[in-house]
Amino acid sequence: MQERAGREIEQLVDLMARLPGLGPRSARRAVLQMIKKRGQLLEPLAKSIAEVSATARECMACGNISGLETCAICNDPARQNGEMCIVEDVSDLWAMERTSLFKGTYHVLGGVLSALDGVGPDALRIPRLVERVHQHNISEVILALNATIDGQTTAHYIVDQIEGSNVRITSLAQGVPIGGELDYLDDGTISAALKARKAF
Amino acid sequence: MLAVRSLRLSHFRSYQSLDITPDTRPVVLFGANGAGKTNLLEAVSMLSPGRGMRRAKTQDIARTPEALGWKIWAELHSLGQTHQIVTSSEGGARTVHIDEKVTPQLALGRIARLVWLVPVMDRLWVEGAADRRGFLDRLTMSFEPRHAEAVLGYEKAMRERNRLLKDRVQEPSWYAALETQMARFGAEINTNRDFAVDRLTAAQTDTSTSFPVADLEIEHTSQAVSADDLELAFAEDRIRDMDAGRTLSGPHRADLRAVYAAKEMEARLCSTGEQKALLVSLILANARALAQDFGAPPILLLDEVAAHLDADRRAALYDEICELGAQAWMSGTGPELFEAFGDRAMMIEVSERNGASEVQIS
Ligand SMILES: [Zn+2]
Repeated sequence: MQERAGREIEQLVDLMARLPGLGPRSARRAVLQMIKKRGQLLEPLAKSIAEVSATARECMACGNISGLETCAICNDPARQNGEMCIVEDVSDLWAMERTSLFKGTYHVLGGVLSALDGVGPDALRIPRLVERVHQHNISEVILALNATIDGQTTAHYIVDQIEGSNVRITSLAQGVPIGGELDYLDDGTISAALKARKAF
Repeated sequence: MLAVRSLRLSHFRSYQSLDITPDTRPVVLFGANGAGKTNLLEAVSMLSPGRGMRRAKTQDIARTPEALGWKIWAELHSLGQTHQIVTSSEGGARTVHIDEKVTPQLALGRIARLVWLVPVMDRLWVEGAADRRGFLDRLTMSFEPRHAEAVLGYEKAMRERNRLLKDRVQEPSWYAALETQMARFGAEINTNRDFAVDRLTAAQTDTSTSFPVADLEIEHTSQAVSADDLELAFAEDRIRDMDAGRTLSGPHRADLRAVYAAKEMEARLCSTGEQKALLVSLILANARALAQDFGAPPILLLDEVAAHLDADRRAALYDEICELGAQAWMSGTGPELFEAFGDRAMMIEVSERNGASEVQIS
């Protein structure tokens, strides 16, 4: 420790530095800023973190993260329009939601198939997906998986599992760059890819 | 024109630092063994995607004992445009910047086409199929840079499938998902390789050259070549492959056969000199074909090029390189091996002093 700011503060810096997009230096700056603005930042943040920690959970149905047992999207009758979008991660779901274009529901897999990384179909939420597609009269499944080998393997696997059940299967249009993750794309690109989706 | 017009190195192998500005002539590196000639060629080879001509791990390239990582800056003239390429590693994976933008390695293939001959390849026709396949893929990539993506995609999907086989996973949908992708990439690989062989064949016969024509043929491990056939074949092979614990047939097992046409003799049965002449012939054919297709011959890296070539053959090679207008980087121990160039080449002496390589332009 170069700067002896006290054990508690150093511990906070240390934790903050583990967050994506933050390094040790920016974590230190952030912590200092919070302490300087104790009333406006530090205290509301501490309260907010405690609340999220107590309430955040995975939606039983789709895997989205919110404060509810079943998330707002799954609870909204207007969104039960027969369309279901399959994404790898909650961050992809949130990226799709940013565009406000998609009006159906989601299913978050929580990863992609990878034999080398020891991730099989059961480790993902694929059996649950098949169940939901049948239970909810889904008419179209939209695959919004990354264009990586593992992402596409997962897409093919899912298609194999739900094919023949009278469900239209589409995928986001090409133009999503190889290895590109939804979360890193701008809203316009995602909207365009969704509008131009094609049969898989 | 395709040429490196400026090259700077930092902590790359035996070079603590280097700064040279080649003109568009071929570059000759001469000097004692161990002086650092091959290291310099290797640095140039890092301007193409992949691990360079030694297939080295990035951490092995860093100069020891400092082990600070390494960095290459190059200015590349490619078809009337100038690109700044910076590639480096601080111990982990190497990063590439083209014109100050972070770029995937594969993007290098679109602006820099490079082909090399290294001494271990003097035994290419008698060694295992893997080396010949690698040579074919490098030539193919020079015609079609996207070949690299197909090869990487195929290999990644195959490694996944091999893991399932090894673990004896019984999950037909999972295999099928991987095999679909292997089939698609595999068919692309086959098409690209066929195209390269066709272009090389045409470029060998449509010209007068003092190097022997090699009749080329790709040997497949099975009849399945198209995407549909490959997909069926992979599915049929699952049980056999499971016993072996890996994928036994497919484009990753193909071989390149060459016959010395004038003698109707298999390359592997030819003399050492003839085998080398066949290799040089293919490299020159590749350069001629690329001059037509891409607009410029590739940058050639010819390590210890004079080995197994007599004085006449050497002179003929130098004439053809000059005629092509290719920037060839060549190495050899003594300058006398390159006498036939006259002043048509840039001569650089490489030596070692106090544990670091140095160059002197003569
Ligand atoms: Zn939900």
